[in-house]
Amino acid sequence: MPADLMRCDDVSVLLAETVDSSGPLPPTAATHLSKCLRCQAEQVQYRRILRTMKSLRGVVLSPGDELLEDVLDLVRPPATVHKLHRSDRRKAYIGGIAAAATAGAAGAIVIVTRVATGRRLAS
Amino acid sequence: MVSSEIDDLVGDAQDGDHRAFEELVRRTYHDSYTLALRLTGDEEDARDVVQETYLRVHKGLKKFRGDAQFSTWLHRITANCANTFLGRRGRTSTDELPDDSVVVDLNPQSDPAHRADVGDLRDQLIEALSLLPPKLRAVVVLRDIYDLPHESIAEELGITESAAKVRLHRARKRLRENLYALNEGDTDGEVEAHAG
Repeated sequence: MPADLMRCDDVSVLLAETVDSSGPLPPTAATHLSKCLRCQAEQVQYRRILRTMKSLRGVVLSPGDELLEDVLDLVRPPATVHKLHRSDRRKAYIGGIAAAATAGAAGAIVIVTRVATGRRLAS
Repeated sequence: MVSSEIDDLVGDAQDGDHRAFEELVRRTYHDSYTLALRLTGDEEDARDVVQETYLRVHKGLKKFRGDAQFSTWLHRITANCANTFLGRRGRTSTDELPDDSVVVDLNPQSDPAHRADVGDLRDQLIEALSLLPPKLRAVVVLRDIYDLPHESIAEELGITESAAKVRLHRARKRLRENLYALNEGDTDGEVEAHAG
């Protein structure tokens, strides 16, 4: 399309597309741009917006520590929980064995005592 | 944030060092939150997106090969989560804006073009970004702030590359219109601030 037939609206679309130098303007658009103050002003505005957008990359927002804790809770390995369970279970086993051993010993003492008493009475 | 330190943490976390992973989260979650907030425009939504993001990072870390920087990978996952989140929500008042709508404050005291000359364009830009429909906002944020290539943006948003490009220039156009309202009747090439 000849440059003199190119409308500002057509150039505007191309300016929005190419502001980050993702491609050169077609020659007809470039010619129009060189003669049109309105399109030149628009190009300046696009460049200014892009520069400001890039500057936002350096702006980091803080969500507070609560979010960090929430995230860490989500990804904390289940092994930590299992270890606690395993440790509790071990305590229960040991306690159970100790209780059984105590009961067994007590039972044995009772039996031995009764047998001894019976023998004494029999003799 | 030193990139090599992050790389070391990533390596250790990939080897199963959970403390390294926690440190990685500690050093990067502000960045992920910032992107999530820019994409969703809502603090609570952004928090949800960040949590989902790190769940995915945790699950997928072993697959991360280091072809790109960790931050780029994190941005892509954050963008994907935000897109999924917004798709699930399917709401917000800005969603309802027709694509060709232009938001212009006609109050001369708060005329964006006037303020652009005397004030901070950055604040106005943040405001203008929040007025964009989420689909347009996502593309322009990922491209112009975070410098993601069109291909990655398209992939994370589940659209074609050409659709991403179309959305990008529409978003840029909308931002410019919102920041510098044009006097369309002006034919001599002079640009004037539109004061209503």
